[in-house]
Amino acid sequence: MTSSKPSASFRAAADRCLTVVLVGAAAIAGGLVLWIVLFIARESMPALLSIAPWRFATDASWHPQDGLFKITPMVAATLAISLVAMCLAAPLGIATAMFSSFFAPARIAGLLRRWIEILAGIPSVVYGLWGLTVLVPRIAAIQAPGLGLLAASLVLALMILPTVALTAEAALRSVDEDLLRGAAALGLDRTGTALHVALPAAKNGIFAGLVLATARALGETMAVLMVAGNVVQMPGSLFDSIRPLTANIALEMGYATADHRSVLFASGLALMLMVGLLVALSTMSSPEATDG
Amino acid sequence: MAEPRSHTQARDFWTATVLWLGAGSVLALLAWILGDLLLQGVGRLSWGFLTEPPSDAGRSGGVAPMIISTLWILAICLATAVPLGLAAALFLTELASRRTGRWVRHSLDALAAVPSIVFGLFGNALFCHVLGLGYSILSGGLTLACMVLPLVVRTTEAGLSNVAQEIRQGAAALALSRVTTLRTLVLPAAAPALLVGLVLGIGRALAETAALIFTSGYVDRFPESIHDSGRSLSIHIYDLSMNVPAGNDTAYATALVLVVLLIASQQLATWGIHRWIQPERSVR
Repeated sequence: MTSSKPSASFRAAADRCLTVVLVGAAAIAGGLVLWIVLFIARESMPALLSIAPWRFATDASWHPQDGLFKITPMVAATLAISLVAMCLAAPLGIATAMFSSFFAPARIAGLLRRWIEILAGIPSVVYGLWGLTVLVPRIAAIQAPGLGLLAASLVLALMILPTVALTAEAALRSVDEDLLRGAAALGLDRTGTALHVALPAAKNGIFAGLVLATARALGETMAVLMVAGNVVQMPGSLFDSIRPLTANIALEMGYATADHRSVLFASGLALMLMVGLLVALSTMSSPEATDG
Repeated sequence: MAEPRSHTQARDFWTATVLWLGAGSVLALLAWILGDLLLQGVGRLSWGFLTEPPSDAGRSGGVAPMIISTLWILAICLATAVPLGLAAALFLTELASRRTGRWVRHSLDALAAVPSIVFGLFGNALFCHVLGLGYSILSGGLTLACMVLPLVVRTTEAGLSNVAQEIRQGAAALALSRVTTLRTLVLPAAAPALLVGLVLGIGRALAETAALIFTSGYVDRFPESIHDSGRSLSIHIYDLSMNVPAGNDTAYATALVLVVLLIASQQLATWGIHRWIQPERSVR
């Protein structure tokens, strides 16, 4: 140390520099999500301060340029498509996971996972295009206009299916081998092992995945925007045209000003809080939560 | 004795059948989507499609300006997210206490879950308005950088924490400075993970649409600088299918180009993850 004093102090300085850079980068990366929340909250303040909160439910309609801000139909639309999509994707996704964990030959299970990863990688705008040109005409053949709750839910179900399937599979795979061997030793058949031993043991992980998928569904924009029809009305039937919150933001941000713009930010804030709550719930219920 | 045995065999048979059907229908759906993309997209595809500007609102001509814009947006996104992500990942593996590390990781997980339209709102308010960058490739790229940051950090971190602790201890015993240890020992060992993070980031950024509509904008000309608005491939698909009557053929061809790029980058990342980040898992 003493023989190379200048170089040592140079090195110490370089190390300090590095520390500052790394801490700075981590502060930016770690603080970004908070910053986004605060920033969006700031932009939505004018609306939240000047418009009484109950007016989002009691105003006559959604005509923001005339100062009418009834946003409940869009909230209902978001919840409706997410719910229907989950009802479709959850059973199919869990079944796929059960299949590849307990019934499929290893090669087929691996192939299936690859395909599901591809499904997960297709951009939402491509799902929207496909839904618009393939699903919508088919739905319209049953009942016009085709664009609406059912089309949006179907496309959404396809998009969250990989999340459900991959998380459920991971949860099933992490079930303790001893438990499965015990079930086999008791002479339980595969169905019994899968349904009554593995599924209950993996239920926290599967639940966490379902919650995460719901969060995805709530926040999805492009695909639902392209197939939902975007008429502002309370969803009454599967064939109604509806406008989810995310689609509303995407449609109106381009020309919104003043209170209107601010309300759109407020709806983004609400969306973010919903998603945040779900993700927190998912993290808490996932088995890895205890690892830190 | 034979009775319950055949009963359980029959039950297993039926469960297996149901599950084969379920998994088969998932595969069939994917094949349907990819098949449609291929069949409807390949007709318009040609060399000219990739190298010419669009004409007639995109119904004819090519997508060359969108490819250029997409590449520019991607370049800005990566030039921001990769150094920042690398530094944050280094902080997590080399400096952070358990507590701090946990907070940063949770915060990044939360960031990863933010819906893309919210990133669009944020990017529009911050980059376009507050910082005065307007609808530009720069705004779009920076918005995407915020979006892919968690992905880059977590992948790089996984790679860095795979570098054996003994290397770091050995370097410390040789009185190497932290800078030297990182530059000459840890970073080269973790470089593949950084590359995988980069490829995953590319995939996420290529696929993104909602965050770009109100940040990088719609303009379908060749961008002259990063301060120009530029239309990405994904926005081109959206615009053609929603706003241009009879634009579906070109939309499908553009979608095909995009999906091929995405699947290629995804396969590359998957291969890299198995090869470098979780070698033990690839055995399964």
